Amino acid sequence: MKRIYVNEKWCLGCHLCEYYCAYANSNESDMVKALKNIKIRPKIKIEELNGVTSAVSCRHCNEPYCVKGCISGALSINEGVINIDKNKCIGCFTCVLSCPYGAIEPDEDGVVDKCELCMKNSFGSPQCVKGCPNNAIVYEERG
Amino acid sequence: MKYVIIGSSIAAIGCIEGIRSVDKKSEITVISKEDTFIYSRPLISYLIEEKTSLEKMRYREDDFYEKQNCKTYLGREVIKINDKNKVVILNNNEKIAYDKLMIATGSRPFIPEIKGIEKVKNKFTFMTLDDALSLKKKLTENKNVLILGAGLIGLKCAEAVMDKVKSVTVVDLAKRILPSILDEDGCKIVTKHIENKGVNLILDDSIDSIDEKNAILKSGKEIEYDIFVIAVGVRANTELAKETGLKTNRAIITDEKGKTSNKDIYAAGDCTESYDITSDDTKVLALLPNAYLKGETAGINMAGGDKTYDNAMPMNSLGLFGLHMVTAGSYEGESYIDINENETNYKRLIYKNNLLKGFIIIGDVRRCGIYTKLIREKIDLRQIDFELIKDKPQLMAFSRKYRDETLGGVK
Repeated sequence: MKRIYVNEKWCLGCHLCEYYCAYANSNESDMVKALKNIKIRPKIKIEELNGVTSAVSCRHCNEPYCVKGCISGALSINEGVINIDKNKCIGCFTCVLSCPYGAIEPDEDGVVDKCELCMKNSFGSPQCVKGCPNNAIVYEERG
Repeated sequence: MKYVIIGSSIAAIGCIEGIRSVDKKSEITVISKEDTFIYSRPLISYLIEEKTSLEKMRYREDDFYEKQNCKTYLGREVIKINDKNKVVILNNNEKIAYDKLMIATGSRPFIPEIKGIEKVKNKFTFMTLDDALSLKKKLTENKNVLILGAGLIGLKCAEAVMDKVKSVTVVDLAKRILPSILDEDGCKIVTKHIENKGVNLILDDSIDSIDEKNAILKSGKEIEYDIFVIAVGVRANTELAKETGLKTNRAIITDEKGKTSNKDIYAAGDCTESYDITSDDTKVLALLPNAYLKGETAGINMAGGDKTYDNAMPMNSLGLFGLHMVTAGSYEGESYIDINENETNYKRLIYKNNLLKGFIIIGDVRRCGIYTKLIREKIDLRQIDFELIKDKPQLMAFSRKYRDETLGGVK
Protein backbone atom coordinates (compact mmCIF):
# COMPACT_ATOMS: atom_id res chain seq x y z
CA MET A 1 0.00 0.00 0.00
CA LYS A 2 0.98 3.64 -0.32
CA ARG A 3 2.64 5.09 2.74
CA ILE A 4 4.10 8.39 3.84
CA TYR A 5 7.91 8.38 3.77
CA VAL A 6 10.15 11.07 5.13
CA ASN A 7 13.54 11.77 3.66
CA GLU A 8 15.25 13.29 6.67
CA LYS A 9 18.03 14.71 4.53
CA TRP A 10 15.55 17.02 2.80
CA CYS A 11 13.52 18.00 5.87
CA LEU A 12 13.91 21.75 6.54
CA GLY A 13 12.16 21.60 9.90
CA CYS A 14 9.74 24.27 8.66
CA HIS A 15 6.71 22.63 10.35
CA LEU A 16 4.52 23.29 7.29
CA CYS A 17 3.48 19.63 7.28
CA GLU A 18 2.00 20.17 10.74
CA TYR A 19 0.00 23.17 9.56
CA TYR A 20 -1.27 21.42 6.44
CA CYS A 21 -2.25 18.44 8.56
CA ALA A 22 -4.12 20.58 11.07
CA TYR A 23 -5.90 22.47 8.27
CA ALA A 24 -6.87 19.29 6.42
CA ASN A 25 -8.40 17.82 9.55
CA SER A 26 -10.07 21.00 10.81
CA ASN A 27 -13.29 20.78 8.77
CA GLU A 28 -12.73 24.42 7.86
CA SER A 29 -12.62 25.44 4.22
CA ASP A 30 -10.59 28.53 4.99
CA MET A 31 -6.99 27.94 6.01
CA VAL A 32 -6.80 31.14 8.06
CA LYS A 33 -9.90 30.24 10.06
CA ALA A 34 -8.49 26.79 10.64
CA LEU A 35 -5.12 27.94 11.92
CA LYS A 36 -5.09 31.53 13.11
CA ASN A 37 -4.84 31.86 16.90
CA ILE A 38 -5.51 28.17 17.28
CA LYS A 39 -3.27 25.72 19.09
CA ILE A 40 -2.91 23.15 16.36
CA ARG A 41 -2.87 19.44 17.09
CA PRO A 42 -1.30 17.92 14.00
CA LYS A 43 -1.07 14.17 13.52
CA ILE A 44 2.36 14.55 11.95
CA LYS A 45 5.00 16.14 14.12
CA ILE A 46 8.49 17.45 13.64
CA GLU A 47 11.19 16.12 15.90
CA GLU A 48 14.26 18.26 16.23
CA LEU A 49 17.70 17.81 17.75
CA ASN A 50 20.82 19.89 17.15
CA GLY A 51 19.68 21.05 13.75
CA VAL A 52 18.51 17.61 12.60
CA THR A 53 14.78 17.45 11.90
CA SER A 54 12.35 14.79 10.78
CA ALA A 55 8.59 14.34 10.62
CA VAL A 56 6.85 11.51 12.45
CA SER A 57 3.37 10.20 11.77
CA CYS A 58 1.62 6.82 11.92
CA ARG A 59 3.49 4.19 9.90
CA HIS A 60 0.34 2.14 9.34
CA CYS A 61 2.27 -0.95 10.47
CA ASN A 62 1.49 -4.33 9.00
CA GLU A 63 1.42 -5.76 12.52
CA PRO A 64 -0.05 -2.87 14.46
CA TYR A 65 0.26 -3.27 18.22
CA CYS A 66 -2.15 -0.36 18.64
CA VAL A 67 -4.98 -2.16 16.85
CA LYS A 68 -4.29 -5.54 18.42
CA GLY A 69 -4.12 -4.11 21.91
CA CYS A 70 -7.08 -1.71 21.56
CA ILE A 71 -9.49 -2.55 24.35
CA SER A 72 -12.56 -0.97 22.80
CA GLY A 73 -12.29 -1.99 19.16
CA ALA A 74 -11.99 1.70 18.22
CA LEU A 75 -8.82 1.11 16.19
CA SER A 76 -9.19 -0.97 13.06
CA ILE A 77 -7.38 -1.72 9.81
CA ASN A 78 -9.16 -0.85 6.59
CA GLU A 79 -7.27 -1.80 3.46
CA GLY A 80 -4.03 -1.21 5.27
CA VAL A 81 -5.00 2.15 6.75
CA ILE A 82 -5.30 2.23 10.52
CA ASN A 83 -8.42 4.13 11.45
CA ILE A 84 -9.63 5.47 14.78
CA ASP A 85 -13.32 5.59 15.65
CA LYS A 86 -13.30 8.43 18.16
CA ASN A 87 -16.86 7.68 19.08
CA LYS A 88 -15.87 4.24 20.35
CA CYS A 89 -12.56 5.20 21.95
CA ILE A 90 -12.78 5.46 25.73
CA GLY A 91 -9.34 7.03 26.19
CA CYS A 92 -7.54 4.20 27.99
CA PHE A 93 -4.37 5.03 25.98
CA THR A 94 -3.29 1.41 25.64
CA CYS A 95 -2.42 2.33 22.04
CA VAL A 96 -0.22 5.20 23.26
CA LEU A 97 1.57 2.63 25.41
CA SER A 98 1.86 0.27 22.43
CA CYS A 99 2.94 2.46 19.51
CA PRO A 100 6.69 2.12 18.87
CA TYR A 101 6.80 5.49 17.09
CA GLY A 102 4.81 7.57 19.54
CA ALA A 103 2.46 8.36 16.68
CA ILE A 104 -0.87 8.12 18.51
CA GLU A 105 -1.61 10.90 20.95
CA PRO A 106 -4.36 11.85 23.36
CA ASP A 107 -6.44 14.71 21.94
CA GLU A 108 -8.25 17.52 23.75
CA ASP A 109 -11.37 15.39 24.28
CA GLY A 110 -9.53 12.66 26.16
CA VAL A 111 -9.67 10.16 23.32
CA VAL A 112 -6.84 9.45 20.89
CA ASP A 113 -6.09 10.86 17.49
CA LYS A 114 -3.84 9.67 14.70
CA CYS A 115 -2.97 10.04 11.03
CA GLU A 116 -5.50 8.41 8.72
CA LEU A 117 -3.68 9.51 5.57
CA CYS A 118 -6.39 12.17 5.06
CA MET A 119 -8.67 9.37 3.84
CA LYS A 120 -11.53 10.47 6.05
CA ASN A 121 -11.38 14.22 5.51
CA SER A 122 -12.44 16.17 2.45
CA PHE A 123 -8.97 16.04 0.84
CA GLY A 124 -8.66 12.29 0.41
CA SER A 125 -4.86 12.22 0.18
CA PRO A 126 -2.14 13.20 2.67
CA GLN A 127 -1.90 16.98 2.86
CA CYS A 128 1.40 16.98 4.76
CA VAL A 129 2.91 15.68 1.53
CA LYS A 130 1.29 18.44 -0.49
CA GLY A 131 2.47 21.08 1.95
CA CYS A 132 6.08 19.97 2.13
CA PRO A 133 8.05 22.62 0.19
CA ASN A 134 11.17 20.50 -0.23
CA ASN A 135 9.56 17.16 -1.18
CA ALA A 136 10.99 15.60 1.96
CA ILE A 137 7.63 13.94 2.62
CA VAL A 138 6.34 11.68 -0.10
CA TYR A 139 3.37 9.34 -0.45
CA GLU A 140 4.44 6.26 -2.35
CA GLU A 141 3.90 2.57 -2.95
CA ARG A 142 7.15 0.82 -2.07
CA GLY A 143 6.06 -2.80 -1.91
CA MET B 1 -10.33 -28.66 8.94
CA LYS B 2 -12.69 -28.13 11.85
CA TYR B 3 -11.84 -25.48 14.41
CA VAL B 4 -13.63 -25.26 17.72
CA ILE B 5 -13.17 -22.33 20.09
CA ILE B 6 -14.33 -22.41 23.69
CA GLY B 7 -14.98 -18.84 24.80
CA SER B 8 -16.02 -15.66 23.00
CA SER B 9 -13.92 -12.93 24.51
CA ILE B 10 -10.76 -11.27 23.20
CA ALA B 11 -8.51 -14.36 22.89
CA ALA B 12 -11.30 -16.10 20.97
CA ILE B 13 -11.77 -13.14 18.63
CA GLY B 14 -7.99 -12.95 18.11
CA CYS B 15 -8.03 -16.67 17.34
CA ILE B 16 -10.80 -16.32 14.76
CA GLU B 17 -9.00 -13.45 13.04
CA GLY B 18 -5.76 -15.44 13.17
CA ILE B 19 -7.36 -18.51 11.60
CA ARG B 20 -9.05 -16.45 8.90
CA SER B 21 -5.78 -14.77 7.93
CA VAL B 22 -4.65 -18.23 6.79
CA ASP B 23 -7.77 -20.31 6.20
CA LYS B 24 -10.77 -18.46 4.78
CA LYS B 25 -13.05 -21.43 4.39
CA SER B 26 -12.98 -24.13 7.05
CA GLU B 27 -15.66 -24.30 9.67
CA ILE B 28 -15.11 -22.42 12.93
CA THR B 29 -17.41 -23.19 15.84
CA VAL B 30 -17.55 -20.83 18.80
CA ILE B 31 -19.02 -22.06 22.07
CA SER B 32 -19.56 -19.60 24.89
CA LYS B 33 -21.33 -19.47 28.22
CA GLU B 34 -22.07 -15.81 27.61
CA ASP B 35 -24.96 -15.13 25.27
CA THR B 36 -24.33 -11.56 24.29
CA PHE B 37 -22.77 -9.36 21.62
CA ILE B 38 -18.97 -9.28 21.36
CA TYR B 39 -17.67 -6.91 23.99
CA SER B 40 -14.49 -6.19 25.82
CA ARG B 41 -14.66 -6.69 29.57
CA PRO B 42 -12.46 -3.75 30.55
CA LEU B 43 -15.20 -1.51 29.15
CA ILE B 44 -17.79 -2.35 31.79
CA SER B 45 -16.62 0.40 34.14
CA TYR B 46 -16.95 2.92 31.30
CA LEU B 47 -20.47 1.62 30.65
CA ILE B 48 -21.51 2.36 34.24
CA GLU B 49 -19.83 5.76 34.03
CA GLU B 50 -21.69 6.32 30.74
CA LYS B 51 -18.47 7.02 28.87
CA THR B 52 -19.61 4.31 26.51
CA SER B 53 -22.94 2.65 25.78
CA LEU B 54 -24.20 -0.82 24.93
CA GLU B 55 -24.13 0.27 21.30
CA LYS B 56 -20.63 1.77 21.32
CA MET B 57 -18.97 -0.88 23.46
CA ARG B 58 -19.18 -3.56 20.80
CA TYR B 59 -15.63 -4.87 20.28
CA ARG B 60 -16.55 -6.13 16.83
CA GLU B 61 -19.53 -5.47 14.55
CA ASP B 62 -22.71 -7.44 15.19
CA ASP B 63 -22.30 -9.42 11.98
CA PHE B 64 -18.74 -10.43 12.90
CA TYR B 65 -19.45 -14.17 13.32
CA GLU B 66 -21.46 -14.22 10.13
CA LYS B 67 -18.77 -12.41 8.16
CA GLN B 68 -16.05 -14.67 9.56
CA ASN B 69 -18.21 -17.66 8.73
CA CYS B 70 -18.43 -18.92 12.32
CA LYS B 71 -21.09 -21.15 13.78
CA THR B 72 -21.97 -20.10 17.32
CA TYR B 73 -23.31 -21.87 20.35
CA LEU B 74 -23.89 -18.97 22.72
CA GLY B 75 -25.26 -19.59 26.20
CA ARG B 76 -23.85 -23.12 26.08
CA GLU B 77 -21.10 -24.63 28.15
CA VAL B 78 -18.50 -27.23 27.30
CA ILE B 79 -18.50 -29.79 30.11
CA LYS B 80 -15.87 -32.13 28.76
CA ILE B 81 -13.14 -32.38 26.16
CA ASN B 82 -12.64 -35.90 24.82
CA ASP B 83 -9.16 -35.56 23.35
CA LYS B 84 -9.01 -39.20 22.23
CA ASN B 85 -11.99 -38.86 19.90
CA LYS B 86 -11.42 -35.12 19.43
CA VAL B 87 -14.86 -33.97 20.42
CA VAL B 88 -16.16 -31.49 22.97
CA ILE B 89 -19.33 -32.27 24.89
CA LEU B 90 -21.80 -29.52 25.71
CA ASN B 91 -24.06 -29.22 28.73
CA ASN B 92 -27.00 -30.48 26.65
CA ASN B 93 -24.89 -33.53 25.72
CA GLU B 94 -24.41 -32.34 22.16
CA LYS B 95 -21.05 -33.40 20.76
CA ILE B 96 -18.96 -31.23 18.46
CA ALA B 97 -15.95 -32.64 16.67
CA TYR B 98 -12.72 -30.69 16.22
CA ASP B 99 -9.41 -31.03 14.44
CA LYS B 100 -7.92 -28.06 16.29
CA LEU B 101 -9.32 -26.79 19.55
CA MET B 102 -8.82 -23.40 21.25
CA ILE B 103 -9.43 -23.06 24.98
CA ALA B 104 -10.14 -19.42 25.76
CA THR B 105 -12.13 -19.92 28.93
CA GLY B 106 -10.76 -16.86 30.70
CA SER B 107 -10.92 -16.37 34.42
CA ARG B 108 -13.48 -15.82 37.12
CA PRO B 109 -13.57 -13.60 40.18
CA PHE B 110 -12.08 -15.09 43.31
CA ILE B 111 -14.51 -15.02 46.23
CA PRO B 112 -12.68 -14.99 49.56
CA GLU B 113 -14.03 -16.68 52.64
CA ILE B 114 -15.68 -14.12 54.86
CA LYS B 115 -17.99 -14.89 57.77
CA GLY B 116 -21.58 -14.26 56.69
CA ILE B 117 -20.81 -13.57 53.01
CA GLU B 118 -23.19 -16.23 51.75
CA LYS B 119 -26.16 -14.40 53.29
CA VAL B 120 -25.35 -11.04 51.67
CA LYS B 121 -27.84 -10.36 48.88
CA ASN B 122 -26.50 -7.11 47.45
CA LYS B 123 -23.11 -8.49 46.56
CA PHE B 124 -21.53 -8.25 43.16
CA THR B 125 -18.44 -9.18 41.28
CA PHE B 126 -17.17 -6.84 38.53
CA MET B 127 -16.05 -8.72 35.50
CA THR B 128 -18.78 -9.37 32.97
CA LEU B 129 -21.41 -7.29 31.22
CA ASP B 130 -24.07 -8.99 33.34
CA ASP B 131 -22.17 -8.02 36.50
CA ALA B 132 -22.11 -4.40 35.35
CA LEU B 133 -25.76 -4.29 34.35
CA SER B 134 -26.99 -5.76 37.62
CA LEU B 135 -24.74 -3.47 39.66
CA LYS B 136 -25.85 -0.44 37.65
CA LYS B 137 -29.50 -1.09 38.48
CA LYS B 138 -28.77 -0.81 42.21
CA LEU B 139 -26.86 2.46 42.06
CA THR B 140 -28.77 5.37 43.55
CA GLU B 141 -27.59 8.52 45.28
CA ASN B 142 -28.42 7.30 48.78
CA LYS B 143 -26.35 4.13 48.55
CA ASN B 144 -23.06 3.39 50.28
CA VAL B 145 -20.80 1.15 48.26
CA LEU B 146 -18.19 -1.08 49.83
CA ILE B 147 -15.55 -2.50 47.51
CA LEU B 148 -13.19 -5.22 48.64
CA GLY B 149 -9.95 -4.94 46.65
CA ALA B 150 -7.86 -1.91 45.66
CA GLY B 151 -6.47 -3.43 42.49
CA LEU B 152 -7.35 -2.48 38.92
CA ILE B 153 -10.85 -3.90 38.99
CA GLY B 154 -11.78 -2.52 42.40
CA LEU B 155 -10.53 0.99 41.65
CA LYS B 156 -12.08 1.13 38.16
CA CYS B 157 -15.33 0.10 39.82
CA ALA B 158 -14.91 2.83 42.46
CA GLU B 159 -14.37 5.43 39.74
CA ALA B 160 -17.37 4.21 37.78
CA VAL B 161 -19.87 4.34 40.65
CA MET B 162 -18.53 7.42 42.48
CA ASP B 163 -20.86 10.04 40.99
CA LYS B 164 -23.92 7.86 41.27
CA VAL B 165 -23.85 6.99 44.96
CA LYS B 166 -23.50 8.55 48.41
CA SER B 167 -20.15 7.03 49.37
CA VAL B 168 -17.49 4.63 48.16
CA THR B 169 -15.21 2.75 50.54
CA VAL B 170 -12.42 0.52 49.26
CA VAL B 171 -10.82 -2.00 51.62
CA ASP B 172 -7.66 -3.95 50.86
CA LEU B 173 -5.42 -6.25 52.83
CA ALA B 174 -2.37 -4.81 51.07
CA LYS B 175 -0.61 -1.75 52.46
CA ARG B 176 -0.98 0.11 49.19
CA ILE B 177 -3.22 0.37 46.14
CA LEU B 178 -2.47 -1.27 42.77
CA PRO B 179 0.43 -3.22 44.30
CA SER B 180 0.96 -5.29 41.18
CA ILE B 181 1.53 -2.33 38.87
CA LEU B 182 2.74 0.67 40.89
CA ASP B 183 5.76 1.25 43.11
CA GLU B 184 5.55 3.10 46.45
CA ASP B 185 6.14 6.59 45.06
CA GLY B 186 3.60 6.03 42.31
CA CYS B 187 1.10 4.73 44.85
CA LYS B 188 1.44 7.87 46.96
CA ILE B 189 0.49 10.08 44.02
CA VAL B 190 -2.44 7.98 42.90
CA THR B 191 -3.66 7.39 46.46
CA LYS B 192 -3.67 11.12 47.19
CA HIS B 193 -5.48 11.76 43.95
CA ILE B 194 -8.29 9.29 44.45
CA GLU B 195 -8.72 10.23 48.11
CA ASN B 196 -9.08 13.85 47.01
CA LYS B 197 -11.83 12.68 44.68
CA GLY B 198 -13.70 11.32 47.66
CA VAL B 199 -12.86 7.63 47.77
CA ASN B 200 -12.58 6.35 51.32
CA LEU B 201 -9.54 4.06 51.27
CA ILE B 202 -8.90 1.58 54.05
CA LEU B 203 -5.64 -0.28 53.52
CA ASP B 204 -3.79 -2.92 55.49
CA ASP B 205 -7.11 -4.24 56.75
CA SER B 206 -9.69 -6.78 55.66
CA ILE B 207 -13.28 -7.76 56.24
CA ASP B 208 -13.63 -10.18 59.11
CA SER B 209 -17.38 -10.66 58.94
CA ILE B 210 -20.27 -9.18 57.02
CA ASP B 211 -24.06 -9.07 57.23
CA GLU B 212 -26.69 -7.39 55.07
CA LYS B 213 -25.86 -3.89 56.35
CA ASN B 214 -22.50 -3.91 58.10
CA ALA B 215 -18.99 -5.13 57.54
CA ILE B 216 -16.69 -5.64 60.52
CA LEU B 217 -13.03 -5.23 59.67
CA LYS B 218 -10.11 -7.08 61.26
CA SER B 219 -9.14 -3.81 62.93
CA GLY B 220 -12.52 -3.68 64.61
CA LYS B 221 -13.76 -0.85 62.39
CA GLU B 222 -17.39 -1.13 61.34
CA ILE B 223 -18.61 -0.01 57.92
CA GLU B 224 -22.24 0.48 57.05
CA TYR B 225 -22.98 -0.29 53.45
CA ASP B 226 -25.75 -1.05 50.95
CA ILE B 227 -23.85 -2.55 48.03
CA PHE B 228 -20.89 -4.90 48.35
CA VAL B 229 -18.48 -5.43 45.43
CA ILE B 230 -15.89 -8.19 45.56
CA ALA B 231 -12.80 -7.38 43.49
CA VAL B 232 -9.94 -9.24 45.12
CA GLY B 233 -8.62 -10.91 42.02
CA VAL B 234 -9.34 -13.59 39.48
CA ARG B 235 -8.63 -17.28 39.05
CA ALA B 236 -7.98 -18.88 35.69
CA ASN B 237 -10.65 -21.27 34.44
CA THR B 238 -8.47 -24.34 34.04
CA GLU B 239 -10.87 -27.14 35.00
CA LEU B 240 -11.55 -28.38 31.46
CA ALA B 241 -7.86 -28.35 30.64
CA LYS B 242 -6.94 -30.19 33.84
CA GLU B 243 -9.57 -32.87 33.32
CA THR B 244 -8.21 -33.37 29.83
CA GLY B 245 -4.75 -33.90 31.29
CA LEU B 246 -3.21 -30.76 29.82
CA LYS B 247 -0.22 -29.36 31.65
CA THR B 248 -1.27 -26.58 33.97
CA ASN B 249 0.30 -24.53 36.68
CA ARG B 250 -1.68 -21.57 38.03
CA ALA B 251 -3.13 -21.51 34.54
CA ILE B 252 -2.78 -23.51 31.34
CA ILE B 253 0.78 -23.86 30.09
CA THR B 254 1.38 -23.15 26.41
CA ASP B 255 4.40 -22.72 24.19
CA GLU B 256 5.21 -19.63 22.12
CA LYS B 257 2.83 -20.85 19.43
CA GLY B 258 -0.08 -20.91 21.85
CA LYS B 259 -0.09 -24.71 21.89
CA THR B 260 -0.79 -26.70 25.06
CA SER B 261 0.79 -30.04 25.93
CA ASN B 262 -1.67 -31.64 23.49
CA LYS B 263 -0.69 -30.99 19.86
CA ASP B 264 -4.25 -30.33 18.71
CA ILE B 265 -5.29 -28.12 21.60
CA TYR B 266 -4.32 -24.46 21.89
CA ALA B 267 -5.07 -21.97 24.62
CA ALA B 268 -4.88 -18.20 25.04
CA GLY B 269 -6.03 -15.34 27.23
CA ASP B 270 -6.57 -15.15 30.97
CA CYS B 271 -6.76 -18.95 31.36
CA THR B 272 -3.11 -19.30 30.30
CA GLU B 273 0.35 -18.46 31.54
CA SER B 274 2.74 -16.50 29.36
CA TYR B 275 6.47 -16.02 29.40
CA ASP B 276 7.29 -12.51 30.59
CA ILE B 277 10.42 -11.32 28.73
CA THR B 278 11.15 -8.68 31.36
CA SER B 279 11.33 -10.98 34.36
CA ASP B 280 12.35 -14.21 32.59
CA ASP B 281 9.57 -16.22 34.12
CA THR B 282 6.15 -17.57 33.31
CA LYS B 283 3.04 -15.99 34.77
CA VAL B 284 -0.59 -15.20 34.14
CA LEU B 285 -0.69 -11.96 32.15
CA ALA B 286 -4.40 -11.24 32.35
CA LEU B 287 -4.24 -8.27 30.01
CA LEU B 288 -6.23 -7.55 26.91
CA PRO B 289 -3.37 -7.01 24.41
CA ASN B 290 -1.81 -10.27 25.58
CA ALA B 291 -5.10 -12.13 25.08
CA TYR B 292 -5.53 -10.83 21.55
CA LEU B 293 -1.93 -11.36 20.44
CA LYS B 294 -1.72 -14.87 21.85
CA GLY B 295 -5.16 -15.80 20.52
CA GLU B 296 -4.22 -14.53 17.08
CA THR B 297 -0.88 -16.34 17.14
CA ALA B 298 -2.58 -19.59 18.14
CA GLY B 299 -5.19 -19.15 15.42
CA ILE B 300 -2.55 -18.72 12.73
CA ASN B 301 -0.73 -21.84 13.93
CA MET B 302 -3.95 -23.85 14.23
CA ALA B 303 -4.63 -23.08 10.57
CA GLY B 304 -1.20 -24.28 9.50
CA GLY B 305 0.58 -20.93 9.47
CA ASP B 306 3.69 -20.24 11.45
CA LYS B 307 3.70 -17.51 14.06
CA THR B 308 5.49 -17.06 17.36
CA TYR B 309 4.41 -14.81 20.19
CA ASP B 310 7.57 -14.35 22.20
CA ASN B 311 7.54 -10.82 23.52
CA ALA B 312 4.81 -10.80 26.13
CA MET B 313 5.16 -8.59 29.19
CA PRO B 314 2.98 -6.85 31.74
CA MET B 315 1.51 -3.64 30.28
CA ASN B 316 -1.12 -1.44 31.86
CA SER B 317 -2.61 1.84 30.80
CA LEU B 318 -5.39 3.33 32.82
CA GLY B 319 -6.95 6.50 34.04
CA LEU B 320 -8.43 6.91 37.51
CA PHE B 321 -10.55 9.99 38.15
CA GLY B 322 -8.76 11.86 35.37
CA LEU B 323 -5.21 10.91 36.34
CA HIS B 324 -3.50 8.76 33.78
CA MET B 325 -0.84 6.14 34.35
CA VAL B 326 1.04 3.68 32.18
CA THR B 327 3.26 0.87 33.35
CA ALA B 328 5.20 -1.86 31.60
CA GLY B 329 7.62 -4.65 32.34
CA SER B 330 9.25 -5.41 35.67
CA TYR B 331 10.90 -3.15 38.19
CA GLU B 332 14.15 -4.83 39.18
CA GLY B 333 17.30 -2.93 38.30
CA GLU B 334 18.66 0.59 38.35
CA SER B 335 16.20 3.44 38.19
CA TYR B 336 15.99 6.84 36.58
CA ILE B 337 13.39 8.85 38.48
CA ASP B 338 11.81 12.15 37.53
CA ILE B 339 9.18 13.55 39.82
CA ASN B 340 7.85 17.10 39.64
CA GLU B 341 7.37 19.39 42.60
CA ASN B 342 3.63 19.02 43.13
CA GLU B 343 4.01 15.31 42.65
CA THR B 344 1.41 14.99 39.93
CA ASN B 345 3.85 13.85 37.25
CA TYR B 346 6.04 10.88 37.93
CA LYS B 347 8.36 8.89 35.73
CA ARG B 348 10.53 5.95 36.65
CA LEU B 349 12.53 4.00 34.09
CA ILE B 350 14.09 0.73 35.25
CA TYR B 351 17.09 -0.68 33.41
CA LYS B 352 19.49 -3.55 33.87
CA ASN B 353 22.43 -4.84 31.82
CA ASN B 354 21.94 -2.08 29.24
CA LEU B 355 18.33 -3.02 28.64
CA LEU B 356 15.21 -1.12 29.61
CA LYS B 357 13.18 -3.51 31.77
CA GLY B 358 10.20 -1.50 32.82
CA PHE B 359 8.66 1.89 33.50
CA ILE B 360 6.02 3.67 35.49
CA ILE B 361 4.69 6.98 34.20
CA ILE B 362 1.95 8.98 35.87
CA GLY B 363 0.57 12.13 34.32
CA ASP B 364 2.20 12.91 30.98
CA VAL B 365 2.05 9.60 29.11
CA ARG B 366 2.66 10.99 25.62
CA ARG B 367 4.75 8.81 23.28
CA CYS B 368 5.50 6.29 26.05
CA GLY B 369 5.16 3.50 23.47
CA ILE B 370 8.72 4.35 22.40
CA TYR B 371 9.84 3.11 25.83
CA THR B 372 7.71 0.00 25.39
CA LYS B 373 9.51 -0.64 22.12
CA LEU B 374 12.89 -0.51 23.88
CA ILE B 375 11.72 -3.21 26.28
CA ARG B 376 9.85 -5.34 23.75
CA GLU B 377 12.70 -5.40 21.25
CA LYS B 378 15.43 -5.62 23.92
CA ILE B 379 17.27 -2.71 22.37
CA ASP B 380 20.78 -2.25 23.77
CA LEU B 381 20.69 1.14 25.44
CA ARG B 382 24.26 1.81 24.30
CA GLN B 383 22.95 1.92 20.74
CA ILE B 384 20.69 4.87 21.46
CA ASP B 385 21.02 8.21 23.22
CA PHE B 386 19.65 7.00 26.54
CA GLU B 387 20.28 10.32 28.30
CA LEU B 388 18.11 12.06 25.72
CA ILE B 389 15.31 9.53 25.76
CA LYS B 390 15.22 9.45 29.57
CA ASP B 391 13.97 12.99 29.50
CA LYS B 392 11.42 12.53 26.72
CA PRO B 393 10.54 9.58 24.47
CA GLN B 394 11.66 10.52 20.95
CA LEU B 395 12.99 8.97 17.78
CA MET B 396 15.90 11.42 17.69
CA ALA B 397 17.49 9.23 20.37
CA PHE B 398 17.81 6.46 17.79
CA SER B 399 20.34 6.25 15.01
CA ARG B 400 19.89 8.02 11.71
CA LYS B 401 19.84 4.60 10.08
CA TYR B 402 16.91 3.51 12.24
CA ARG B 403 14.89 6.59 11.31
CA ASP B 404 15.76 6.17 7.64
CA GLU B 405 14.51 2.60 7.74
CA THR B 406 11.34 3.23 9.70
CA LEU B 407 10.24 6.74 8.72
CA GLY B 408 12.10 6.91 5.43
CA GLY B 409 11.33 3.41 4.18
CA VAL B 410 14.99 2.85 3.26
CA LYS B 411 15.75 -0.85 3.01
